[in-house]
Amino acid sequence: MDLFEYQGKQYFAKFGIPVSPGDVARTVDESLAIAERIGYPVVVKAQVQVGGRGKAGGIKLANNKDEVRTHAGNILGMSIKGHVVKRVWIERASDIAEEYYASFTLDRAAKQHLLMLSAQGGVDIEEVAAKDPSAIVKLHVNPVVGLDEAAATKAAVDAKIPAKAQAGVASILVKLYGCFVKGDCDLAEINPLILKPTGEVHALDAKVSLDANASFRHPEWEEFAATQELDGREKLAREKGLQYIGLDGSVGIIANGAGLAMSTLDVVNQAGGKAANFLDIGGGANAELMTAALEVINSDANVRSIFVNIFGGITRGDEVAMGIVEAMRRVNLRAPIVIRLDGTNAEAGRQILADAGIPAEKLRSESTMLAAARTAVAIANGKAG
Amino acid sequence: MPIFVDENTKVIVQGLTGGQGKFHGLRNRAYGTKVVGGVTPGKGGQDVEGTPVFDSVADAVRATGADASFVAVPPKAAPAAILEAAAAGVRFIVCITEGIPAQDEARVYATLKRDFKSTRLLGPNCPGIISPGRCNIGITAGEIAQPPTRGGKNVGIVSRSGTLTYQALFELKQRGIGVTTCVGIGGDPVPGTSFVDCLAEFERDPETSAILMIGEIGGSAEEEAAEFIKANVSKPMSSYIAGVTAPAGKKMGHAGAIVSGGKGTAQGKMDALRLAGVKIGANPTEAGELMAQIIAALA
Repeated sequence: MDLFEYQGKQYFAKFGIPVSPGDVARTVDESLAIAERIGYPVVVKAQVQVGGRGKAGGIKLANNKDEVRTHAGNILGMSIKGHVVKRVWIERASDIAEEYYASFTLDRAAKQHLLMLSAQGGVDIEEVAAKDPSAIVKLHVNPVVGLDEAAATKAAVDAKIPAKAQAGVASILVKLYGCFVKGDCDLAEINPLILKPTGEVHALDAKVSLDANASFRHPEWEEFAATQELDGREKLAREKGLQYIGLDGSVGIIANGAGLAMSTLDVVNQAGGKAANFLDIGGGANAELMTAALEVINSDANVRSIFVNIFGGITRGDEVAMGIVEAMRRVNLRAPIVIRLDGTNAEAGRQILADAGIPAEKLRSESTMLAAARTAVAIANGKAG
Repeated sequence: MPIFVDENTKVIVQGLTGGQGKFHGLRNRAYGTKVVGGVTPGKGGQDVEGTPVFDSVADAVRATGADASFVAVPPKAAPAAILEAAAAGVRFIVCITEGIPAQDEARVYATLKRDFKSTRLLGPNCPGIISPGRCNIGITAGEIAQPPTRGGKNVGIVSRSGTLTYQALFELKQRGIGVTTCVGIGGDPVPGTSFVDCLAEFERDPETSAILMIGEIGGSAEEEAAEFIKANVSKPMSSYIAGVTAPAGKKMGHAGAIVSGGKGTAQGKMDALRLAGVKIGANPTEAGELMAQIIAALA
């Protein structure tokens, strides 16, 4: 789950990472009230989850009331790379002496935490990474050892952070690491991490991505989840607890397991069709879950056929079959189902489907994944009835 | 020879009294796996259809001599369960639990590396391991796996995706090809056992003649495997990488399956494996056909 900048900054603040005083606004009037409260000059920043905001005109400096009114008015409702700006973050403008870069992620290859730190932060960090990789210090942190002040200071020295900023940077690195680990982040990034002319170091931006698997120990994440921007289908799927991603084809997909679901997209593509979605129904696909999945797919007007691809492991074929029979009773499907069922209790499942007396124009069984893909694509393309 | 587990492996099920643990643990036992006990704190002294339950892994190991554990407990409890098994001296731990936070996985992995070097963890979020006809630990339906042919040409399977692991077993069974061992390593960010670990074992195993590898988009595990294959694997291989048509930047269910910044794409992975001499199928069925050709050529 990716956070907006304002949420990231609020999250950082909880872990003691210094950020500029500011607040989030949905209207010009709210923007003005915040600016008046924190004092000028302020920066008005578009809250969208996409890079290149500044270059798109989504970040503006405002020295007074009128400028806040103008900039907030322009930025709210602006579209940046297809993302409509619904909120702006108003914060006290900072004088900047230098810009650095710092982030923590999990290095999956090394199976350790990875600190990346550079004295050349700012908007062009990706260019720095491409042109001069040595300007970015990479330090692996063993999860059972952690990062202390001494190791963080050494990283700052290695990254050629000037002496006057080393202590400040090291202190923030230790706190950012705490946020990354205790805050269950997939990514905790500060770009730029700034040195002010007065000597303090602080986070001018915040990019935080949270690990959804850890939400059970973070009840405070609920407010973040509420602001996630999903399309209508994705919202419905989220409510039903399904792993769903909307795509733009005409073959609806339900599969168990992310790998099989991805593979189902592949074979639909190879058969000459396009998937309308990715949907992993997960383990234990019972009637409730199957009904929910079919409802979500049925809400997509582009869907012309529904390919249900199940290979049972934890998922049991008889439960899937009962789920489909029950779901077809509850949901009036606009498109026919093509099902391929194998694995745990698959034979019992096939028998349940055969005994249910569902007409072939509504439900077809195929014996292999490829045959089912071909049938589903033929129906979606109007070549079979 | 199978790898990691065989007919002598003695297995305990952590969570045998729970829904998943009971269903799959008993199914593993029915398959012929030596399921010698279960562990559920507070339920020591009970039994599940004749299999004794213990309060702790240490008690279970002491009483049964188990050397492997099947962890089937919820995400909150799984990290502690894995470490408890390692501390009790269990050599091989299979964890099927889905949804463990990445930070916990990283901590567990680092703890095993530091304190329990001789313990191997398979998973989490994996389907488990099956040495067909000998031992099945996890959630794989045993009947879809073809036991190896004595004196014949048999295949080792390693896969990152659960359901595609079954699909791979199924493809080989359809073609009458025997399997020495099928390892589902799982798609989470910090898997205890990697492609490379399995490839090294299969290369050493005299009964395994060829290797089928199923990968997916995201991360760099397949690229690392390709490097390893180039230098260390002499046995012929076929492979399928899921997610060719997955849109970039979308997270497709597995914490692992993220494509970002041009890295970790299916195309990149297929190219790397092809360069290492691996035959690439466009879907699991094609990878199975390629394996059938490989086996035919070896015979």
